[in-house]
Amino acid sequence: MQKMLVTFAAAASLGLVATAAQAATLDDVKAKDYVQCGVTGGVAGFSAPDANNVWAGLEVDFCRAVAAAIFNDAGKVRYTPLTSQERFAALSAGEIDILSRTTTWTMSRDTDLGISFVGTMYYDGQAFMVREADGITSALDLSGAAICIESGTTTELNAADYFAANNLEFNTVVFVDQDEVVKAYEDGRCDVYTTDGSALASERSRFAVPGDHVILPEIISKEPLGPVVRQGDDQWFKINRWVYFALLEAEELGVTSANVDEMLGSDNPAIKRLLGVEGDFGVPLGLTKDWAYQIIKLVGNYGESFERNVGTATDIGLERGLNALWTNGGLQYAAPIR
Amino acid sequence: MTTDTAYIRDTFVPAKPAPGRTGGPILWLRTNLFATPTDSILTVLGVVFLLWAVPPIYNFIIGQAVFPGGTVEDCRVEGAGACWAYIHARFNFFIYGFYPIDQYWRPNTVFVLGAALILPLLIPSAPFKRINAVLFFLVFPVISFYLLSGGVFGLPYVPTEQWGGLLVTLIISLVGIICSIPLGILLALGRQSDLPIIKTLCVMFIELWRAVPLITVLFMASIMLPLFMPTGTNVDKLLRALVGVTLFASAYLAEVVRGGLQALPRGQYEAGASLGLSYWKRTSFIILPQAIKHVIPGIVNNFIALFKDTSLVSIVGIFDLLNTVQAASSDIDWASPTQAVTGYVFAAFMFWIFCFAMSRYSLWMEHRLDTGHKR
Repeated sequence: MQKMLVTFAAAASLGLVATAAQAATLDDVKAKDYVQCGVTGGVAGFSAPDANNVWAGLEVDFCRAVAAAIFNDAGKVRYTPLTSQERFAALSAGEIDILSRTTTWTMSRDTDLGISFVGTMYYDGQAFMVREADGITSALDLSGAAICIESGTTTELNAADYFAANNLEFNTVVFVDQDEVVKAYEDGRCDVYTTDGSALASERSRFAVPGDHVILPEIISKEPLGPVVRQGDDQWFKINRWVYFALLEAEELGVTSANVDEMLGSDNPAIKRLLGVEGDFGVPLGLTKDWAYQIIKLVGNYGESFERNVGTATDIGLERGLNALWTNGGLQYAAPIR
Repeated sequence: MTTDTAYIRDTFVPAKPAPGRTGGPILWLRTNLFATPTDSILTVLGVVFLLWAVPPIYNFIIGQAVFPGGTVEDCRVEGAGACWAYIHARFNFFIYGFYPIDQYWRPNTVFVLGAALILPLLIPSAPFKRINAVLFFLVFPVISFYLLSGGVFGLPYVPTEQWGGLLVTLIISLVGIICSIPLGILLALGRQSDLPIIKTLCVMFIELWRAVPLITVLFMASIMLPLFMPTGTNVDKLLRALVGVTLFASAYLAEVVRGGLQALPRGQYEAGASLGLSYWKRTSFIILPQAIKHVIPGIVNNFIALFKDTSLVSIVGIFDLLNTVQAASSDIDWASPTQAVTGYVFAAFMFWIFCFAMSRYSLWMEHRLDTGHKR
């Protein structure tokens, strides 16, 4: 009996130690001198190896920004490519510090899995692609058109809902594999190809003549993609959330990696607070006062990262759309730094 | 004058044309391709199939292909074949993965060192086998590990997450092959043992690992294991995969070796025992050399399967050759209709080179060791 109690006590204290270790992600990260970031196995523009075999992308930039805020060095990130099945287990087990892997923010994930979504790096949503020659300009014109779709996915359900709600005739050509869907659309077996907007854009860049295809403006589902951290470490969660806000705030205030040094001399009080010229906003987070300056200097603001990785100048060619700042009619909105 | 002869030919046999040539292409065609009506039909069907299949393949791989020097625009042209320019541009990624570019000399040294040590080991007439084996099996792994991961002697530290491509494929398969041989042999001997505990343990181990698919083992190692262990203990992902692959391979190898052991007549064991040899001497000098010779094809079969199975580690996020090819196929700078297919053709070719080499070598070894059992 005595022995059993001791065993129980040992197990319980082990559990306590585990939670304590979990609770101080920032200390762990500082001790090991890098941020471990979970990424995809290669989704162009979001996280994929670039021509120099270095991870790059919008979601990679988030991890780099966190590293910049903590270490003043955006390079102190290590990447763990994860499959979609592995990703949450890897995060809960402490193998990674941040999961930044095209993960859709849903209620069940946020509440069931012991994880917390930091914010929305990219508002994605299901869209339709058609051939430009067909002259279709709106999804409402798609009644009766043959739609290539992957079977058994939410994509199929979303499209069915949308067509029913708008009294359109729903006519699908169903495939089991994403590659088959693309091939069928390319071969002209259907008029429309539908999946998430960002995926449509990157598939389009793969076509022989990308300009022959247009993505219709209607977005029919909500797929907010954002970085995720473990639940139960408020400090780490807040660091991540404010790194995200700083990226947005910098764009809103017009601070870029190119002009951030000039901006140090700005008279705008909001810029002064952001760059740490006034106040010590980073200190309660366990960071330095110039944390946001480092992020902007080393990674750039949200708009820069967006344009560099997925924007219209790249081959992916995504419009800002929902991802424009709230001041430009989009949804990206940061709480003020003050 | 009468004779007993019943028949005498009184005229000459009429002259016949000279027989057709006993060699030459026509005869060869006749005997090999058009000997019977069925053969002729099959030949025609075969030729039609080749005419149908070969030109598109030729066009894809060579005819319409874009070779190094071409640009992504060339690959995007309608009807363009394989985009070899893309393979050329991302070749380093396929070989080294995320290994830092300025440190490529380290994996290169490992490749050269490995080849320099393994080739003489494979050539029976090369001298210094004992030293060579010690160098390859004991010294080489240690040197390679420190050279690749660094952190000592002023070499920058390169975590295993950055290893990738062919480098990782070769590491996993070499470690799997080399470590599974002794383990597999011990398990096979254990399974034949008279000691009940050893026998039961070996049987349980073998049956457990054979009953689980490799993909499950890898998933277990990479997803479940971290959840069982206290937070903070972090076993390297590549190491987990290596252990999983090795244990898995050893269970299969054990069964192959057991087949060889069972093929030996009982007299061999008894003869060894009657000479007064101990169990280990008997096993290592009499039983195993014969048993293993019997099962070389089976063992090599296992190794080839293991080599190809290493591509399964891609599902746990390790960047082996196949996974780097897959990841690079999302490279937007080379986005073209044939990008993904070209990558897969390249990966298939690389796998084929290694597997074919292994199978040829084993065939040659078999012939060499074929003493007295020729059927």
